[in-house]
Amino acid sequence: MAELVTMPKLGFDMAEGKLVRWVKAEGDTVAKGDVIAEIETDKATVEVESSLDGVMFRHLAPEEAELPVNSPIAVVSAAGEEPTEDEIDSLVAQASGKPSKKMEKPAEKKQAEKAPSKAVESDDSADVSPAGGVRSSPLARKIAENHDIQLAAVEGSGPQGRVVKKDVEAYLDSMSQAGSGSKSAGNGQTFQSASSFSLGEVPADEVVDLTRLRQAISRRMQDSNQNFPHFYLTRSYRTGALMALRKQLNQILPETDKLSVNDFVVKAVALALRQYPNLNASLQDDKNIVRHGHVNIGVAVAVEGGLLTVVSKDADLKPIRLIAREIREMVGRAREGKVRPEDIEGSTFSISNLGMYGIENFSAIINPPEAAILAVSAVQDVPMVVDGELTVGSQMKASISADHRVTDGAEAAEFMRVLADYLEEPMRLLI
Amino acid sequence: MTRMTMREAISKALWEEMERDERVFIQGEEVGLWGGTYAVTKGFYDHFGEKRVRDTPIAESAIVGSAIGAAMTGLRPVAELMTINFAFVAMDHIINEAAKLHYMFGGQFKLPLVIRAVSGGGRQLGATHSQTPDAIFAHFPGLKVVSPGTPADAKGLLKSAIRSDDPVLFIENATLYQTKGEVPDDEDYLEPLGKSKVQREGDDVTIVAYSKMVPAALKAADMLAGDGINAEVIDLRSLRPLDMDPIIASFKRTNRAVIAEEGWRSYGVGSEVSSRIYEMAFDYVDAPVKRVAQAEVPLPYNAELEQLALPQTEDIYHAAKEVLNG
Repeated sequence: MAELVTMPKLGFDMAEGKLVRWVKAEGDTVAKGDVIAEIETDKATVEVESSLDGVMFRHLAPEEAELPVNSPIAVVSAAGEEPTEDEIDSLVAQASGKPSKKMEKPAEKKQAEKAPSKAVESDDSADVSPAGGVRSSPLARKIAENHDIQLAAVEGSGPQGRVVKKDVEAYLDSMSQAGSGSKSAGNGQTFQSASSFSLGEVPADEVVDLTRLRQAISRRMQDSNQNFPHFYLTRSYRTGALMALRKQLNQILPETDKLSVNDFVVKAVALALRQYPNLNASLQDDKNIVRHGHVNIGVAVAVEGGLLTVVSKDADLKPIRLIAREIREMVGRAREGKVRPEDIEGSTFSISNLGMYGIENFSAIINPPEAAILAVSAVQDVPMVVDGELTVGSQMKASISADHRVTDGAEAAEFMRVLADYLEEPMRLLI
Repeated sequence: MTRMTMREAISKALWEEMERDERVFIQGEEVGLWGGTYAVTKGFYDHFGEKRVRDTPIAESAIVGSAIGAAMTGLRPVAELMTINFAFVAMDHIINEAAKLHYMFGGQFKLPLVIRAVSGGGRQLGATHSQTPDAIFAHFPGLKVVSPGTPADAKGLLKSAIRSDDPVLFIENATLYQTKGEVPDDEDYLEPLGKSKVQREGDDVTIVAYSKMVPAALKAADMLAGDGINAEVIDLRSLRPLDMDPIIASFKRTNRAVIAEEGWRSYGVGSEVSSRIYEMAFDYVDAPVKRVAQAEVPLPYNAELEQLALPQTEDIYHAAKEVLNG
């Protein structure tokens, strides 16, 4: 029973995606969970996995094609099956003719109709797994989630291939036996070796197409910088207490849970925003200001070819340790190109931190439609005057870029002062 | 401990409670001179006399209605219904009075009433005398519904029911009267109302049953043990209040469950228990819960057809195998 693979929709605002590369050629055998193609969206490059064991029967779109979401891109057939042209046409017609019904998986529906009506009492024959989803028991899903494994990679032994507990456990066993060597070898990034240059020879100009991520960054930043009246305020924060507290906490936290300076900044910003809801806001249609109920902090992450903001949701309510863990997991996924739509959506205020590069001070461009962004620089030991005496102390600079249509200098300055309360007396962040 | 039948255990519980408390009395069809349709009250009339062992007309609404009045005025009646099928005749008294008076009068009256009713099929008594409508009564808040699966529980639960100040429907399955088991001799041996009980421990699959399905489930568990499967058997004992704690604890280990009842599947005990499993332990579900119940037909008179319509030990065994493969 052949199945249509379509352009996935990743994120609410995704309208089209670019088919970057076919990983499986026509005629290749595919197993459930195999990566069959790479898709580039506004925000990330993602891998499309097969939900079926079988053969890559036909590509319906060439590499580099840009296609609306839900358009058919390939037909995967079951092993040994040869779909006729008519069958392919009808699959495609059903997909494109009635986009809303497409999720029903026409092939399976046909089978369900053939089944006799005695199925009324049976729990099994009526359930149709969602397109692209994996038939699985709630327990199997929970175990998979706890171990962060993709159910699509697990072979199901239950009725109609349902993945149950013992399948996930067998998969975990096989993973632990395979050991750490099974980790995939990065994302294909290569560096030109120095030997390809010869002395005195200058490399020729290179023309590089804008990736969709670059296009998105370009469009949004241009819109923001041209249309949002930015103003900028910079302030120094004494970070001696914060660094001492962090050191103390990291001594008792396990290696996997160590806190970064940025985790403290996220928490401090979130708490300060609670007091200044006007900065945790968006201008809507030039008419209203929406003051968001949730404080969701976007954290800019450099990825190959651009940047993404991963979102720490309700950071004002969460303990720092949880904030740190969630950000670390999301950053990991973003860097592996495996970011999830929910990782990057819903931020109400953003932070860009270039401290790890030793930057002393900078200004950021507001991430629309937010009202402000905080640019955080490096913690450095600097000469400072304490009680009339010149001494050496730990200090960090931060600059806020704010939208003057929503807020004003004095309000943003007060926010920066309250931020100092949290950063300079960091015990406040723990209570 | 004495080995005795469930009939003897029930009779003993009633006898001991009547000896213990002179406010306790029994009334119903043929309970006196005849000694009870199922011989539960044999010898009672001679010992306790006609005042405390009262024969009634064939009028279930009168049996229950007058017992309610007696309970409200301070006595502790046990009303016997020859068959639960005719509890429907007394439904208004049971549901609109017994279950609600304590509540509607703001606690001014207590209803220390026990209605003993005989339920279940399998004796070729035809469609109107063979029903297992237990779940209907468990639908109503205010009425406790108890149904034992072993002789020991029958004694301990009936004594608790008689000593309870709340109205209790005590359902006896007719085909269990002859089953035998060890029963404590203690005159104060009480089993708590509203507590399920693990009757057999196991880690592979949870079988929930009550009343006649308890011995059937235990036999099915023996058959499963022959296949190397350890089934846990949990006896509900009480349909209201329904105690899910041992079931949820068991299900979190086994992740698979079968619920067996003699009544019909639709809107039944299995529906309620499985629904609560999905609500309380969704993340532990590894396969759909299976229900074993009576075929959805009025029970046939023909002996072969009747047994085909009733749930059997083999049905529980096969359901457990299916749920383990599902």
